[in-house]
Amino acid sequence: MRFLIQRILFYLFTAWAAITINFFIPRLIPGDPVKSLLARFQGQMSSDAIDSLYVLFGLDKNASLWSQYVDYWKQLFHGDLGLSFTAFPSPVSEVISDALPWTVALVGITTVISFLIGTGVGVVAGWRRGSWIDGLLPATTFLSSIPYFWLGLLAIYLLAGPDSFFPSSGGYGTDVVPYPDWPFISSAIQHSLLPALTILISSVSGWILSMRNMMVTVAAEDYITVAHAKGLSDRRVALSYAARNALLPNISGFALALGFIVGGTLLVEIVFSYPGLGFLLFRAVGAKDYPLMQGIFLVITISVLVANLIADIAYLMLDPRTRKEG
Amino acid sequence: MNEPVLEIKNLNVDYGLGDQAVHAVRDVNLTLHRGEVLGLAGESGSGKSTLAYGLTRLLAPPGVVSGGEVIYHPEQGEPYDVLGLTDRQLQAFRWAETAIVFQGAMNSLNPVHKISTQLTDVLAAHEPQMSSHSRNARAREMLKLVGISADRMDAYPHQLSGGMRQRVMIGMALILQPQVVIMDEPTTALDVVMQRQILGQLIELRERLGFSVIFITHDLSLLVEFSNRIAIMYGGRIVEEAQAATLYKDSLHPYSNGLLSSFPALRGPRRELAGIPGSPPDLKGMPSGCSFHPRCPKAFDPCADNIPVLGRPDTPDGATRTVACWLHPVQQTVG
Repeated sequence: MRFLIQRILFYLFTAWAAITINFFIPRLIPGDPVKSLLARFQGQMSSDAIDSLYVLFGLDKNASLWSQYVDYWKQLFHGDLGLSFTAFPSPVSEVISDALPWTVALVGITTVISFLIGTGVGVVAGWRRGSWIDGLLPATTFLSSIPYFWLGLLAIYLLAGPDSFFPSSGGYGTDVVPYPDWPFISSAIQHSLLPALTILISSVSGWILSMRNMMVTVAAEDYITVAHAKGLSDRRVALSYAARNALLPNISGFALALGFIVGGTLLVEIVFSYPGLGFLLFRAVGAKDYPLMQGIFLVITISVLVANLIADIAYLMLDPRTRKEG
Repeated sequence: MNEPVLEIKNLNVDYGLGDQAVHAVRDVNLTLHRGEVLGLAGESGSGKSTLAYGLTRLLAPPGVVSGGEVIYHPEQGEPYDVLGLTDRQLQAFRWAETAIVFQGAMNSLNPVHKISTQLTDVLAAHEPQMSSHSRNARAREMLKLVGISADRMDAYPHQLSGGMRQRVMIGMALILQPQVVIMDEPTTALDVVMQRQILGQLIELRERLGFSVIFITHDLSLLVEFSNRIAIMYGGRIVEEAQAATLYKDSLHPYSNGLLSSFPALRGPRRELAGIPGSPPDLKGMPSGCSFHPRCPKAFDPCADNIPVLGRPDTPDGATRTVACWLHPVQQTVG
């Protein structure tokens, strides 16, 4: 328990540091957001409006850096991340919360499926070393070595098209409104199939390979021989003895992968013009939308930290050796 | 004492197949009698552990039993060949009839399961009708038997010392009351004090429960003390077998002599300590004839060309022992 509290304190500190850096970075960049916004409006703004924009972005020149910092924190606690330039005057939090569900649903579900399939196949391939399923390994390794954007483009080129079942871009059809009813959901699922498939193909072999190799390592352990000698069924030895131990390194890898769901899918979403966070970040960078970038970075940072914490907790639960006495 | 419980007949174990095969165990004939402690000694690579893995069919690939029989005599019913059992029969046979305590005391327990889980899963596999309550009670009883308090049931292996872990393994080996317990260097990883304690406990348990033991070690001094009979292995073959006391006092094979004079006796007159010159043979390129002859101080004409067969020697006590050496012409072969 003490260990857990230590970890949480550590992550709180990291979060504080990340948020502070996040606060300073835009202020260190030459030029400021208001100027770039002015450029968008072609200078057709009164000086009053410009002043109020500075106040709005928390960049009013009168305030000291310290009071800006304090205000930044106050706003954060209210969930206020400032205003987006590109979607002006929508607040960043709203823009992000529109994009986040798309990414979480697409990449989140795919990551979980990829992990489950990969680990399952890895267990079998490692346990039945030399069987046909083990022989498939080089093929999956080949697939995972294909650069992702190329795989995505290839999938669009081969499978998507005007008459195809698979749409080539977007999160849902133009003929439905984003409302949680069946036509919308089915359209969303249809649009997510191709990106999901390509993510799956490129990520599953990593899980297979690491699980398979851990299984092979663990299978040589003495306690596996003991389990066989005890007359336990092959299934029980494979699952409760071998896979249970081989899973441990993969679990932490999985938790880290969860952290990258939010941020690590830039290419997928760009290739498929998917309305998720990665695509949003891509557009924000293109449009120099600092508040939006800041907000997205914050979300990514926090999700990586939370995933790390989950990895720690999962490890505590699964590996008794990491638990401390008392 | 003379009723056999396990008869190994002409057992051959190879690593690999075909021409590349390395013959790790060759033509081993050995009989374990009821209630007996049979010691199996030899240098590293002499094939003693391979023999144990082979007769329980636990060999990991590329190890294969390439010939022979392992006849097991159950308490009731007809004897059968362990090597001929189906997978299902083998699963039922394992641990219930022949349990094994392995070399690595530290790594024999699954690190992620509690001691209790690992004790009771044997019961769940072999006696599925047993209630979980009585399984736990039995596990606690076994721990008590090997001198570990029952509150360690919920401990994980890493919370126990090496000695405790090996005692848990011994308790686990006895949980189904097998007739044969194979000990493969059970105390090698432990300090000498713990060694003695655990072996003493084991012998006491054997007297109480009446199982037979095959005790594999390279430490002949331990065997002299704890076993009834000793078989010496060299280069995959049994080279001598005799009562422990007989072997200690009057070994016939020069290799046994060498083993015996390479450790000091605690009591008795001072003896010159001498190792065995040379190193164990390479199993890939065995010397012709007697595989010990290049290292043997007493080698003479026939040794280099002909393999001596294991048989009863022409000594006065020849009826109770066997040896494979040209110095002791065989009266009657075994197996």
